Amino acid sequence: MNAVRRVLLALAAPVLAVVISAVVATIVLLASGDDVNAFWSTMFTWPENRNVVNIVNYASALYLSGIAAAIGFRMNLFNIGVEGQYRISAFAAAAFAGANILPGYLNTAVTVVVAMVVGALYAGIAALLKVYRGVSEVISTIMLNAIAGSIVGYFISKIGVQTGVSTATKTIQESSWVGDVPILPDAPGIYGLSLLAVVVGIAYSVLLNRTTFGFDLRSTGMSESAAVASGVSVKKMVISAMLISGAVAGLIGMPVLFGQAHNYGTSFQVGIGFAGIAVALLGRNHPVGIALGALIFAYLAEQGNLLNILAGVSPDIVAVTQGVIVLAVVIAYELVRRYRVVAEQREVAEQVEAHTEPEGATA
Amino acid sequence: VKGMSLRGRNLWLIGILGGFVLLSLIRVITGADDMDSSGTMRAALVASIPIAMAGLGGLWSERAGVVNIGLEGMMILGTLGAGYFGYHGGWLAGIVGGIVLGALGGVLHAVATVVVGVDHIVSGVAINIMALGISGFLAEAMFTGLPGGGPTQSPELPNPPAVNLSFIADPAKTLEDKGWFLLSDVGSLVGALTRNLSLVTIFCLLLFVVTAVVLWRTSFGLRLRSCGESPGAAESLGVNVYRFKFVAVVISGAFAGLGGAFLAMVASPGFQQGQTGSRGYIGLAAMIFGNWRPGGLLVGSGLFGYTNAMQLRSGGTSLHALLLGIAVVLIVVMLLQLRGRKLRAGVASGVVAALALLWFLSTDRVPREFTTMAPYVITLLVLAFASQQLRMPAADGLPYRKGTVG
Repeated sequence: MNAVRRVLLALAAPVLAVVISAVVATIVLLASGDDVNAFWSTMFTWPENRNVVNIVNYASALYLSGIAAAIGFRMNLFNIGVEGQYRISAFAAAAFAGANILPGYLNTAVTVVVAMVVGALYAGIAALLKVYRGVSEVISTIMLNAIAGSIVGYFISKIGVQTGVSTATKTIQESSWVGDVPILPDAPGIYGLSLLAVVVGIAYSVLLNRTTFGFDLRSTGMSESAAVASGVSVKKMVISAMLISGAVAGLIGMPVLFGQAHNYGTSFQVGIGFAGIAVALLGRNHPVGIALGALIFAYLAEQGNLLNILAGVSPDIVAVTQGVIVLAVVIAYELVRRYRVVAEQREVAEQVEAHTEPEGATA
Repeated sequence: VKGMSLRGRNLWLIGILGGFVLLSLIRVITGADDMDSSGTMRAALVASIPIAMAGLGGLWSERAGVVNIGLEGMMILGTLGAGYFGYHGGWLAGIVGGIVLGALGGVLHAVATVVVGVDHIVSGVAINIMALGISGFLAEAMFTGLPGGGPTQSPELPNPPAVNLSFIADPAKTLEDKGWFLLSDVGSLVGALTRNLSLVTIFCLLLFVVTAVVLWRTSFGLRLRSCGESPGAAESLGVNVYRFKFVAVVISGAFAGLGGAFLAMVASPGFQQGQTGSRGYIGLAAMIFGNWRPGGLLVGSGLFGYTNAMQLRSGGTSLHALLLGIAVVLIVVMLLQLRGRKLRAGVASGVVAALALLWFLSTDRVPREFTTMAPYVITLLVLAFASQQLRMPAADGLPYRKGTVG
């Protein structure tokens, strides 16, 4: 297969998925009697600078979340629990940082480590249950998500302080805050710790493609029996993949914690962990693909906020679009994959035929 | 084989009866009367049915070899269908609407997993995300401006008719009020089953009987289960595996949708956004707990439904009393493990039992957040203890393409 066709095929699935979801969104809007033109013009309005900043901030959180999910997905380990790991670690980090035991940026650095450790430990519960008790990680992580919500709620009511209408952890001292990084004029900068997403993306890429661990991870995902035969301990792989995944999930809340919120309260954003799964599926667990997926989702969410005001359409239509994209993209990937297999088989058959033809003529 | 299943059935029966006696004993000791009052029992039944229906959906699908993590999404579609059709067409239309919308979700999952061959979990997760978005958007479009309705909830829906056998329920109530050991508990159980029992509840329980008969006593059921155990062998015997899997997944969605409709119309006054509260997943856990069998699934759903109901009815004190029960059960587990010379497992159960007992003795009630998470913790514990003895269908969750097996 030549290079152009290869690229076209790789792009076919996501493009097809976006087109399908656009069609579905239009049909849904027509059916509910909404203003379709206003919807599309709002969605395609170029965002103002401060909206671009919001998009980048949200995309970087989604990216971290997507990478956390993707690490498991690469070895067929479905860590649905990114959400729970994110919430419990963000809370623990906020509580630790808010205690202000350490000075300045030392507090920041140690807190980031605390968040990673808590996320990893919480994910580790599911890993241990899978390895030693044979409990499917899909079920256990879903249960752990629900449990995380209760635990966080309990501790906020125990140690939280009342600020206005909501209860939250103690505010972090100002010397530990991380300043914004300006990217556009006339707008606030992006959260400093959003750059963690870049670091994690590079680390993910190196880990998968340049280390033995990454090779073992991918081979376990492709064929567990082959990996076992070549000496990979699946138990160890499950535990370490889950721990890394949870540690990355622990990072999701850090940019906003040190950049804007400065404490963990009832208004701390939820749902990023679930969205990360969708983003990972969209990006096919590829570091660049996940980045594109995160940007698309963040763009849709930010523009969706304008829908109510500018077009009189419920922002929930964005969630419909996102869901359709994910389902359409996994179906499209499978179809493209099958088409590719058939095309390769045909190509090989043609080559074999071309080589054997003279012999066949003499026979 | 027959002896085995008989022993298994006896074990279930002994377990249920033992649990009931234990419950009664704890009630008498602690005086937490609401633990198994007929009100709590009724609440437990109402809480169990949606979980049981999601689990039954999972059972159909997984018996045919398709993992259905999308049950939660199909259930959400069911609540939405019940809200829309129930408001406009009466209770029967609501139930049917829930079933149909759930089945549509099943069709989506079937197309993705059976026809196209997408990974089952990936497709299920995608369906859950999509269903959440669709219900949010359509609910706002459908219910805003209706009397009592709003962007996140439907108007009050008509109640399906309920059966009242007061000639049994009234004496049962008298018995319950006496507070006698065991007899009063039987009274409250009978009372819960004879007063205000919704027709939909009866229908759902009947579906369990139908499932058991169809899947284990008909050739259709044998073929369907063969697709989940060994699709290659089924194919070689001329079974159209795709068709069986497709049908099973659509039925699975229909049952989840019925569970959603029950939630919206029987368990609560109407549709509410986020009403399912991961009951679809708990149903799946109940199915695993029940070893992919209807009877076990029913017991599992009852267990989850009961803990769920406790948090609504003086949960703090009831759950506190239940700590004593947990300690007793774990001590029994410890003795069994020690008799089987499993020292480590025995000691572990003993330590947890001691902790539960200590917790029981040192406090008066359990914090609200702990009652909320109790069902999930119990699910995890049960799976951690039981999963060794469980056997799922051999080809469950594996991709199947016609002509590529064997």
